[in-house]
Amino acid sequence: MLIVACIKQVPDTTQVKIDPVTNTLVRQGIPIIVNPYDTNALEESLRLRDRFGGRVVAVSMGPPNADVTLRKALALGVNEAVLLSDRAFGGADTLATSCVLSAAIAKLAEEDELTLVVCGKQTIDGDTAQVGPGIATRMGLTQLTLVDSVENLDLKARRIRVRRKLEGRHEIVEAPLPALLTVVREINRPRYPTVPHRLDSLKAEVKVWDNKVLNLDVNTIGLKGSPTCVRRIFSPEREKGEILGDALRDPAGATGLLVEKLVQKDLLPL
Amino acid sequence: MTSARLLFTALFAASIIGFLAGSYRRFRLLLLGKKENRFDRPLERLRDMLVYAFGQKRVMAKPFGVNHTIIFWSFLVLLLPNGEFILQGLFPALTFQRLPIAVLQPLTLAFEAVSLLALAAVVIAAARRLFFAPAYLNASYVKARSVDAFLILGFIGILMMAYFGMHAASIAQGKEAAGWFAPVSTLLSRALAGSSSEGLETVVAVCWWIHALVLLAFMIYIPLSKHMHILAAIPNCYFKNMEPASIPPREEFVAGREFGVGRVVQFTWKDLLDGFSCTECGRCQAACPAAATGKSLNPRQIVHDMKVNLLKNGPFLHNGGAPVLPLIGDQGEGSSREDALWACTTCGACMEVCPVLIEQMPKIVKMRRNLVETHARFPEELLNLFENMEQRSNPWGIAPTERAKWCSSLAVKPFVKGETEYLFFVGCAGAFDARNKGVSVALATVLNAAGVSWGILGKDEKCCGDSLRRLGNEYVFDKAAKENVAQFNEKGVTKVITQCPHCYHTLKNDYRQYGANWEILHHSEFIARLLKEGKLKLKLKHKVSEMGRSVIHDSCYLGRHNGLYEAPREVFSAATGAMPGEMARQKEDSFCCGAGGGRMWMEECSGERINLARVKESLEGKPDTICVSCPYCLTMFEDGLKDIGADRVRVKDIAEVVAAGLGS
Ligand code: SF4
Ligand code: SF4
Repeated sequence: MLIVACIKQVPDTTQVKIDPVTNTLVRQGIPIIVNPYDTNALEESLRLRDRFGGRVVAVSMGPPNADVTLRKALALGVNEAVLLSDRAFGGADTLATSCVLSAAIAKLAEEDELTLVVCGKQTIDGDTAQVGPGIATRMGLTQLTLVDSVENLDLKARRIRVRRKLEGRHEIVEAPLPALLTVVREINRPRYPTVPHRLDSLKAEVKVWDNKVLNLDVNTIGLKGSPTCVRRIFSPEREKGEILGDALRDPAGATGLLVEKLVQKDLLPL
Repeated sequence: MTSARLLFTALFAASIIGFLAGSYRRFRLLLLGKKENRFDRPLERLRDMLVYAFGQKRVMAKPFGVNHTIIFWSFLVLLLPNGEFILQGLFPALTFQRLPIAVLQPLTLAFEAVSLLALAAVVIAAARRLFFAPAYLNASYVKARSVDAFLILGFIGILMMAYFGMHAASIAQGKEAAGWFAPVSTLLSRALAGSSSEGLETVVAVCWWIHALVLLAFMIYIPLSKHMHILAAIPNCYFKNMEPASIPPREEFVAGREFGVGRVVQFTWKDLLDGFSCTECGRCQAACPAAATGKSLNPRQIVHDMKVNLLKNGPFLHNGGAPVLPLIGDQGEGSSREDALWACTTCGACMEVCPVLIEQMPKIVKMRRNLVETHARFPEELLNLFENMEQRSNPWGIAPTERAKWCSSLAVKPFVKGETEYLFFVGCAGAFDARNKGVSVALATVLNAAGVSWGILGKDEKCCGDSLRRLGNEYVFDKAAKENVAQFNEKGVTKVITQCPHCYHTLKNDYRQYGANWEILHHSEFIARLLKEGKLKLKLKHKVSEMGRSVIHDSCYLGRHNGLYEAPREVFSAATGAMPGEMARQKEDSFCCGAGGGRMWMEECSGERINLARVKESLEGKPDTICVSCPYCLTMFEDGLKDIGADRVRVKDIAEVVAAGLGS
C-alpha cells in the first residue's frame, strides 16, 4: 500500500508583508514553515500507515532548499521523501503544479500499489485549494475534499469511508480507492518528532527528481504551463472596528445594539 | 575459648559478612549508573561534608532536627564503647576497664551521658511518630509509623538499656566501680543490690547477649533499610553539587542513543547514591508546591521510586538483562507517574530543604527529557509551545518582527557592537505580554534616567529557552542556546540586563555549559547598583502612601536558584522609603507562583491551583500592593487575584515601583 503525502513549504504568512511598490510578497527574512494543513495530511498518512501497514512517501515541489521541509517529514517518520525541483518547474500556478505532482505520484505508483494521496485543504500562501483536486482529476482518483475524519479503510474491498466537514454540516462519503483526500486541521493533532527520528532524518536521503526524471512537456509545467497571471496584489484595507455597548455588564443591551446595526447595514436577512 | 565466646565470634563473623554483602550489593548497584565527575575540589567538598553531614546544618534548620543531631552524634560517640564491646566479646582481655582511672572515669561519664541522651532522643522520636507526626512524614509507601522506623528506634533504645543493665549489674557484682562517673548505672545498681550473685550473673549475661544480638542485627539491617542513609548520606554530602545551580548536563545528539533518563541505569551514580541517602524525612514533600496543592508529584517519592526501581531491577540489570519494572509509568512503587513529572515547577524548594543535599529536581528534568525526546510524549498543551519556540522563538508564536513593538513609544536604541555597554535582554514576556511590556517600559525609563548606555537586539532577540530546557526539550533548547551564544559573541555583548529571572538564570547558569561567560544582571540587582553608585536619584515623595501596604514575593529563579534576596528589597525600600512587608514563607522558604518549569504553558487540572495558594498567603497581611520581580509571577498573581475577586490589590514589578519613584 502506498500513501503519498503532498506537502509544501510556505512563508510564515503571519509575518508576510506586501511591498507596496512592486506589489509582491516580501519574502526576505521571513521564516519558512511547512504549510500547516499539510502537517495534518502528513499526520493522517502516518496514522493510516501505522494502522494498515504500507509506506508513506512525502512529495514536495519547490526550490532546492525545500529539502528542509522534507527532512521535517522524515523526522516525523515518513518512509521516503521526494523533492521535485527543477528550474523548469518554477513560476507554476496550481494547474502546472498539479501536473508535476501527478507525474511524480504516477511514477511512485509504478513500484507500489497507490492507495491514497493526502493533501492539506489548501496552502496558506496561495489559499486556492486547487492543487489537490487538480491531482485527483488528472490521475482519475476519487476526490474527497475537506475530510475531517477517515472512518474506514477497507483494503480488500478497496473502499474508503470519510467524513467531510462542510459549512454547518458533515457529510459521510464512501468511495472506491485509490482516492485523493484533502484534509482540514480538525482531522488530527500532528505528532511531535522524537530526537532519534530527527537525527536519522538529518542523514536520510531526500530524492531529488528534476524534469529529466519526470520528462514532462515543458509547455505544461512551470511558468509556461501556467495560464494564471496575477493582476495585482494588495492588503485589503480594514475599516476600523467599533465596540458596541458594554457586553460584560449589559449583554442584552449590547446584543440589541448589534442587531440594530446589522439590520441597518442590511446584513441580517429578516 | 568458652562456648559463649565461640558463639559470639561466629555470630560476629556472620553479621560482618551480612553487613559487607549487603553494602557491597548496594555499592555494585551504584556502579550501574552513568559517569559523573564529582571528584573535583576535594577541600571544599570536605568542608561541606563537615558542615552538612557532621555539622547537620540542614537537619537542624527545623527545630525537631536537633533530636536527630543528638541521635547522630550519640551514634558516633557510642561507636567507641560498642567497638570495645565487640572487641571484648572476641578477646575478653581487651576492655576499657584496663585504662588508667584518670581516662576511664571521664570516658565512662561521657558514654553514660550520651547514652542517656540518646535514649531520651529515641523515646521522643518514637513518641513523635506515634502521637504527633507531622503530615509530611507520611507518603504513599513510607509512613510515619513504619516498621522500619520503629525497628531502628527500638534497636537503639534496647542497646542503650542493655548497656545500662549490663554495667549496673557489674557494679552490683563489684566488678566495676560505682561513682559519679557512672551515674545511671550506679543508680540502677542500687535496685539490684539485694540480688544473689547468680541472679546478677544472669542479668549481666542476658544484658550482654541482648546488646550483642541487637548490635549485630543492627549491622546487618543498616544496608537493607532506609537506614542505609547512615552510610550513604555522609559521602552524599561530599559529592554534592558544587556548581552555582543544579542543572543536568548537556546532551550529545548522536544517532542511535536514547535521550534523558527512561531507565534507572541512565541516571548517574550520584543520582543513585541520592536514592540510598534519602532519610524519608519528608521535608521536601512539605516544601513542594505541587505536593502541597494536591498534585501527584512528591519529590521524596521520585527519589524513593528511583531507589526501589534500582533495587527491583538490579539483579536483572547486572546480568545485562532488561528491567522488569519501568522507571516511568503507573506501576506503583518503583515507577514514577508521568503526570507527577509534569507537575514540577522546578522551584528548587525540595533541594533547598533536603538535609542530605539530594537533588530531586534535576532527576525530574532528566526523566522529562526522556519523555519528550525519545518518546515525544507530553501534555498536549505543550505541542503548540514547542512548535512556536522552534519556529518563532517565543512561546506564543507571535511574529519575531513584533519583538520591538513594546518600545515604540520610547526612543530605544539597538545594541551596537563596541558602542553600547549593556544589552537589555527584554525576554519574551517583556516583549510580547501586554502587561509585562509595561515593565519593560518602566525599566527602560529607569535606565535612561540613570544615563546608562544600553540597547536591545530588537527583532533579532531570541527566546533564551528556559521553558524548553526545564520541560526536557533539550534538543530545541540546544539549538536556541547555540544561536543565542553565537549572536551575543558576534555582537560583542559582555554585559546583560534581564528583566526576567528565567532569562537571568538561563543566560547566567545554563549557558555556561555553552562556554558563555558574560556579566548577567537581573534588573533588581542592576538598579541596586545604580542606586549605590549614586547614578540613579529617586524622589521619595510619591511613596509609601501610594503603594499602600505592600508585600514582597521572592521569585524562585531569582532567590533560591541564584541567592538574590536582598537586591529587590533594597531597591524597594530606596524607592518607597520603607521596607516591603514579608509573607509567612519568604526568601529560601518562598512558595512558588506556579509558573516555573514550563508550568506557565500547561493546564493545572488537579488539586488547588498553586498561584491561588500563594495569592491567599500574600493576602494574609492585607496588602494593597504585591511587589514581584518576575514576569511569570506578575501574571500568576494578577490571574490569581482576579480569580478570587481581589483584584483591587495591585501587582507591581520592582522596576515599576522604581519608575514611579522617579517622580517625573
Ligand atoms: S522543584 Fe519544586 S515543584 Fe519540583 S519537586 Fe522540587 S519542590 Fe516540587
Ligand atoms: S529527599 Fe531529602 S528532604 Fe526529601 S525525604 Fe529524602 S532526605 Fe528528606
